[in-house]
Amino acid sequence: MKQLSTKVTSNGHGQDSSYFLGWEEYEKNPYNEIKNPNGIIQMGLAENQLCFDLIETWLAKNPDAAGLKKDGQSIFKELALFQDYHGLPEFKKALAEFMEEIRGNRVTFDPSKIVLAAGSTSANKTLMFCLAEPGDAFLLPTPYYPGFDRDLKWRTGAEIVPIHCSSSNGFQITESALQQAYQQAQKLDLKVKGVLVTNPSNPLGTMLTRREINLLVDFISSKNIHLISDEIYSGTVFGFEQFVSVMDVLKDKNLENSEVSKRIHVVYSLSKDLGLPGFRVGAIYSNDEMVVSAATKMSSFGLVSSQTQYLLSALLSDKKFTSTYLNENQKRLKIRQKQLVSGLEAAGVTCLKSNAGLFCWVDMRHLLDTNTFEAELELWKKIVYEVKLNISPGSSCHCTEPGWFRVCFANMSEDTLDLAMKRLKEYVESTDSRRVISKSSHERIKSLRKRTVSNWVFRVSWTDRVPDER
Amino acid sequence: MGLLSKKATCNTHGQDSSYFLGWEEYEKNPYDEIKNPDGIIQMGLAENQLSFDLIESWLAKNPDAANFKREGQSIFRELALFQDYHGLPSFKKAMADFMSENRGNRVSFNPNKLVLTAGATSANETLMFCLADRGDAFLLPTPYYPGFDRDLKWRTGAEIVPIQCTSANGFRITKSALEEAYEQAQKLNLKVKGVLITNPSNPLGTTTTRTELNHLLDFISRKKIHLISDEIYSGTVFTSPGFISVMEVLKDRKLENTDVFDRVHIVYSLSKDLGLPGFRVGVIYSNDDFVVSAATKMSSFGLISSQTQYLLSTLLSDKTFTKKYLEENQIRLKNRHKKLVSGLEAAGIECLKSNAGLFCWVDMRHLLKSNTFEAEIELWKKIVYEVKLNISPGSSCHCNEPGWFRVCFANMSEETLKVALDRLKGFVDGPSSTRRSQIEHQRLKNLRKMKVSNWVFRLSFHDREPEER
Repeated sequence: MKQLSTKVTSNGHGQDSSYFLGWEEYEKNPYNEIKNPNGIIQMGLAENQLCFDLIETWLAKNPDAAGLKKDGQSIFKELALFQDYHGLPEFKKALAEFMEEIRGNRVTFDPSKIVLAAGSTSANKTLMFCLAEPGDAFLLPTPYYPGFDRDLKWRTGAEIVPIHCSSSNGFQITESALQQAYQQAQKLDLKVKGVLVTNPSNPLGTMLTRREINLLVDFISSKNIHLISDEIYSGTVFGFEQFVSVMDVLKDKNLENSEVSKRIHVVYSLSKDLGLPGFRVGAIYSNDEMVVSAATKMSSFGLVSSQTQYLLSALLSDKKFTSTYLNENQKRLKIRQKQLVSGLEAAGVTCLKSNAGLFCWVDMRHLLDTNTFEAELELWKKIVYEVKLNISPGSSCHCTEPGWFRVCFANMSEDTLDLAMKRLKEYVESTDSRRVISKSSHERIKSLRKRTVSNWVFRVSWTDRVPDER
Repeated sequence: MGLLSKKATCNTHGQDSSYFLGWEEYEKNPYDEIKNPDGIIQMGLAENQLSFDLIESWLAKNPDAANFKREGQSIFRELALFQDYHGLPSFKKAMADFMSENRGNRVSFNPNKLVLTAGATSANETLMFCLADRGDAFLLPTPYYPGFDRDLKWRTGAEIVPIQCTSANGFRITKSALEEAYEQAQKLNLKVKGVLITNPSNPLGTTTTRTELNHLLDFISRKKIHLISDEIYSGTVFTSPGFISVMEVLKDRKLENTDVFDRVHIVYSLSKDLGLPGFRVGVIYSNDDFVVSAATKMSSFGLISSQTQYLLSTLLSDKTFTKKYLEENQIRLKNRHKKLVSGLEAAGIECLKSNAGLFCWVDMRHLLKSNTFEAEIELWKKIVYEVKLNISPGSSCHCNEPGWFRVCFANMSEETLKVALDRLKGFVDGPSSTRRSQIEHQRLKNLRKMKVSNWVFRLSFHDREPEER
């Protein structure tokens, strides 16, 4: 192995897991409306492809932004040299204001508390370096984004202990689940440094309720630990209810300048709301000066290209654009989600009621042969190979109940989504006539909470193909 | 403190070091030809500002590159979505070709062995994560770039053990210095994982000789360890003896299919040659598939903006441009270097004979009150506060002989350089100068063992300009 580090050599990267098969199959046989109408449709990629036209129109009207010019004058030299890890001031200001706008201007963000990072992948890792020592643990509600296993643990040496959530209450976080997770960590001899939530949730597509956020704030307060709220999907909320950020709750509880507010950190990115994962724009927001200071220095390892900072500062400073964009994005996501939900219903498949995100959390428990993860994987393989849809099995997200799948809706055209739903309907109808669905397979399994997820599931979260897929 | 990690809290970031003063003073009082002609001139920043006009004219002639277009068609969407950690293929190809061109096409680089990272800062840290475990050590010849203390050690937990080089032989790496460093590491109970060199050197401005490269290859071969060659300044070689990359030596010695070949890794970046530190473009090149694979996955934490990859793939694919750029850049660096050297000579100051880089390694030992680092810092403060030039003291680069300073020449206009040199001459000639006797020109052999104090570590890490090389 030529004396490489243990990080490189002892790592199970999932090359041999079944999850990898899904991606591989897709890449061998990708759907194309004209060239390959029988190919596999990619529904495992949480990308927002619905509003590029709005950005492209803006770019065409504002050529200076991409052209490295300001008021017609070239600022190429300035940008080429700009590598200050404090970030382009006008970009941080525009980003802070954009984050405020997404939260209905109910809370304010101070640009000097923002630390830029190359995507939220980098932001999450950096925060972990700042808050946890190797061997410390963070509690995460399940199901969660598979990439966290890599982003939070790999190079930091930190651990994740799951907070088990179940369908019995719509996967909401409960006080007992929090306490159980904390105790589990203690049993494993791990020091708990904090809780990390994604709000809105990936893969659930739901927003945390005010009650859950209050619970979390009280919990971290009593245990004297941190709370990281990854709000990367905050601009994808399309339902009637307002998005409630942890910052809203801090304000409402008059905790803004309290000690606990220093232990609450927000992560953001433009990869989902604006659909720009390629530009690598992430941010950490913290009220703790030391965290801001340390994270700023660490950001040296993943600064945002000045060329990109400049373009986006111009884009986001245009309030007319941001207002139009957020409204329109919301509308289009809502319509598209509705199309997916109806399509699923027509196939007799329900999903968790959701109002955010770029995906639905789909309930296919009734299609399982048995209430096991093996059966889930069997079903998944059928869906990949026979129905020709690449969707994400719940086990890859550490879900404790078999039969749930994450299905994306914003990374393809309307027609493609239509076709995907037709295929699913046909499959379900054909299997219905073959299977005998017993009542017991609909039963909820309470003891699954204690089930250890096998090794391959960990590997499932780590593939060679698309590492930043959320 | 809110229970922060040790990394966040116990870090001595140099807020209280004297080095910080230099930067602070500069920022309080920055030189401006018109608005502030008595301000401090920044000579501590290794930036290449000499050839922007060449890139700007290219951009004006090729507007598609910055405007997300290919042959007039918008590819905005493609780029907006492109986050594949394998990198934009056209960009990797263009980078591989550019790296070959920089080496006179004497060696070729396979794009599949390239890993893209957000700057060489990220590349070096990533390589360290791949090659060293916590507590392992890498040997580095002194003097070296202060940022390495952070880049190689901070989050990785790796250690640096210096290979002491001295002015006795022009700071060349010797066999005995290598062995001594290795033994020193063993005394400290550190497992040596490899050697890291910067070629051309920062802060020396010299290219590594073939002899040194041969010594290094023999050494890493015997010890079965790695060699990282940070070649970030490879495109700034402006005069003979010319640049020899370790890849060339491997090729010349027909070591391409041997064990040692897989343990040699190159780091590169466009921050110095093209003067684009803001764009965050770095590269790891390795013949070890495992390293490439692991580094590729790790690069998720610092990918290059697709917007930037596309712009630069178009720029670097234009061979007419790259050829012209490399030649012209060389000429301008050579001229500017000459101006600095002559100006220093006129002030009775010599520097190490150099043929590359954006700076000179200047010998001010004869201006020290005593042969100590305290005297060096005193001199440095005088130069910052009285002469109003911010230059980098050798101790911040872990040099074991007091009195050496790194002085940059490519980050200012010709006129500003002239002003700086006039000031320096004025200082040296003036009554307040401290002249050492000829005896004091003697080289100090015992300094090799001198331990560099804590504040010197802190010197390398402060709040202001982390990317300064």
